[in-house]
Amino acid sequence: MKLGILISEGPYTHAASDTAYQFVKAALAKGHEVIRVFFYHDGVNNGTRLTVPPQDDRNIVQRWSELAAQHKLDMVVCIAAAQRRGLMDAAEAKRNGKDADNIAPGFRISGLGQLIEAAIQADRLVVFGD
Amino acid sequence: MLHTVNKSPFEHGCLGECLKFARKGSAVLLIEDGVYGAAKGTAVSKQVEEALKSVSIYALRPDVEARGMQHRVMDGIHLVDYGGFVDLVAEHDAVQSWL
Repeated sequence: MKLGILISEGPYTHAASDTAYQFVKAALAKGHEVIRVFFYHDGVNNGTRLTVPPQDDRNIVQRWSELAAQHKLDMVVCIAAAQRRGLMDAAEAKRNGKDADNIAPGFRISGLGQLIEAAIQADRLVVFGD
Repeated sequence: MLHTVNKSPFEHGCLGECLKFARKGSAVLLIEDGVYGAAKGTAVSKQVEEALKSVSIYALRPDVEARGMQHRVMDGIHLVDYGGFVDLVAEHDAVQSWL
């Protein structure tokens, strides 16, 4: 079955990103296809590579990056939500005259159309948020 | 339809709203702080018991155990792991998250 995932809560807030991660892992283990993970609103904060959680805590961002690399996940960050919250890739940093970028490996910045497309193409869209 | 509820019924009205809208034969999965709605003998347990007559109610076991609730879950509520969550999503034609 094709699954689309929407995450609208940041890391280390409540549990949306953790639940979504465990759900995606379980779905992949069962042979389902996760066609896209879309990060919206504060959910875009899951995509900054500059987080440094304590060593005895889970590294939420890195965990997503690793899962994406393992399973070739398409992880998309909403551009408008990202710009508001200071999340950018090299191209966006240059376009906006910023001195650095911070997007984590495996994430890409794109538009809300990617969420609509995932909702249309997936058999189920599962929403995790606040 | 599968409904998911992730807020405690003692801080948010979404479990009540969900149970009001859930149609007969649909499923409700309590996750995160939503699992507090599965506890016996609370201010909302009567409402949940009543709902069990027409909908199936599940609670995510890891979230139940994280809150030390495993011995307080009311009869008729099924515990599932993340794989069970995935199966519920696959078995129902749509998923509504009550955030």
